Amino acid sequence: MASASNPETSRHSAIVRVTHWLTVISFVALLISGAEIVISHPRFYWGEAGNVRTAPLFTLPIPASRKTVPTAYGYVMPDQNGWSRYLHFQAAWLVVLTGLFYVISILWNGHLRKDLLPAPTDRRWRAFREVFARYLRRTPPQEAEAHSYNVVQRTAYLIVIFLLFPLVIWTGLAMSPAFNSAVPVAVNALGGRQSARTLHFFVSGSILLFVVVHVAMVIHAGFTRRVRAMVTGRAVESPESREFQARV
Amino acid sequence: MKPVSRRKLITTGIAATAGAAGLTVAARLAERYGLIPPDHSGFYGPGETLTYASQRMLTTHSLAREFPRSMISKSPFANEISPPNDAFQRHQTNGFSDWRLSVDGMVAHAGSLSLSDLKSLPMRSQITEVACEEGWSYIAEWIGTPLIEVLHAVGALPQARYVAYFSIDSDWWDSIDMADALHPQTLLTWGMNDGDLPVSFGGPLRMRVPRQLGYKSVKFINRLIVTDSLKHFGKGLGSAAPEAGYAWYAGI
Repeated sequence: MASASNPETSRHSAIVRVTHWLTVISFVALLISGAEIVISHPRFYWGEAGNVRTAPLFTLPIPASRKTVPTAYGYVMPDQNGWSRYLHFQAAWLVVLTGLFYVISILWNGHLRKDLLPAPTDRRWRAFREVFARYLRRTPPQEAEAHSYNVVQRTAYLIVIFLLFPLVIWTGLAMSPAFNSAVPVAVNALGGRQSARTLHFFVSGSILLFVVVHVAMVIHAGFTRRVRAMVTGRAVESPESREFQARV
Repeated sequence: MKPVSRRKLITTGIAATAGAAGLTVAARLAERYGLIPPDHSGFYGPGETLTYASQRMLTTHSLAREFPRSMISKSPFANEISPPNDAFQRHQTNGFSDWRLSVDGMVAHAGSLSLSDLKSLPMRSQITEVACEEGWSYIAEWIGTPLIEVLHAVGALPQARYVAYFSIDSDWWDSIDMADALHPQTLLTWGMNDGDLPVSFGGPLRMRVPRQLGYKSVKFINRLIVTDSLKHFGKGLGSAAPEAGYAWYAGI
């Protein structure tokens, strides 16, 4: 652990930084193209099959990019599905390959064990409550938090890496008719093609929610400093944080 | 900046060389085994090629899911079609009695087949799902002549790599590789749910490729060309879809 007297210390390894920004690029591309694809049919169903002549599970209150979809709007958005689909799958490849590289690396180099799995003493509700209490009181981040993740961050990252990303890839693949021909259990286990599509929408939404909170927390902790740390790998202590450390 | 150790330099160098050599070999092998899609160039080429190559290796012989009769959609959605042209309307007035499917290119016996010629070949019916790239889908029973039967009947040459298929609507054509062309579920479809294939669903003759999205299942088919290269069809991208911005391979 670096000492407070050395304000510039190592924070993120090169692997974490490179995979982080590749994931950012992929995520933005997937979000934009995914939203474009949804606009062509903003209705969701459950089960195997569903179309405008069957009852939806729910409908998004947005205009559609196809005339055949009934919406409350008197106009049709321009059709952007061609490049959106090309981009969606290209970005999916980027995030899958990046994710595989990242997961193998953190298993190999101990980042998962040292920095992401909560310490044994932190594996209790009290540890979570304490972190949330600090967040709610808007206490400036502690010195240790410039170099290490607290239990809430660790849990959030583990959920995103080992639950949401695998789920979003699975539900996405379960919409591929060719993949389903080779691995039919992928779609059948989800309850059908339309269920896979609906789940893909919600899992993507969960990842988006994580990103929104993540960016909000980065802003709270000092946007420029934290982004610089993720680019250069070096953490610079904030004056407030050093002051805070001096007081305690 | 940490000084770079000699060992690290050497291992990085070896890894980079191995990576570059690996990529070159992979590209050669991919070309040889037909894993490069016709729309492989441009910004989206890498993703498209990865998707096509990996799915083709995974799915060469796999069968699209078939469903029990009870799952046939009560109200299938036909999607909109461009207004049929005059030639189509004349056929429609005649009850499609002189609709013909011409077959040429790399075949021993080029010629054309009537709908009854097609129906005299071995037929197949299957209950599969049509999935549109927009997100909706329906399940129907499709009855038709497997494309492989037609290719056998006309004596497709072993060097053939693709089958291009054309709608009477001249803006609409597509192509599939031999893995899909010889696939037992790829049907020249003339029946649906125990009746004739309705015009709204592509009647009298629709290509059904159930391992790909709906837009590969082109309606109103009247011509097939068996070929070893797609370079001279349209803009050389494999089908009308990439010319309109959509991927040639629609297995995903």
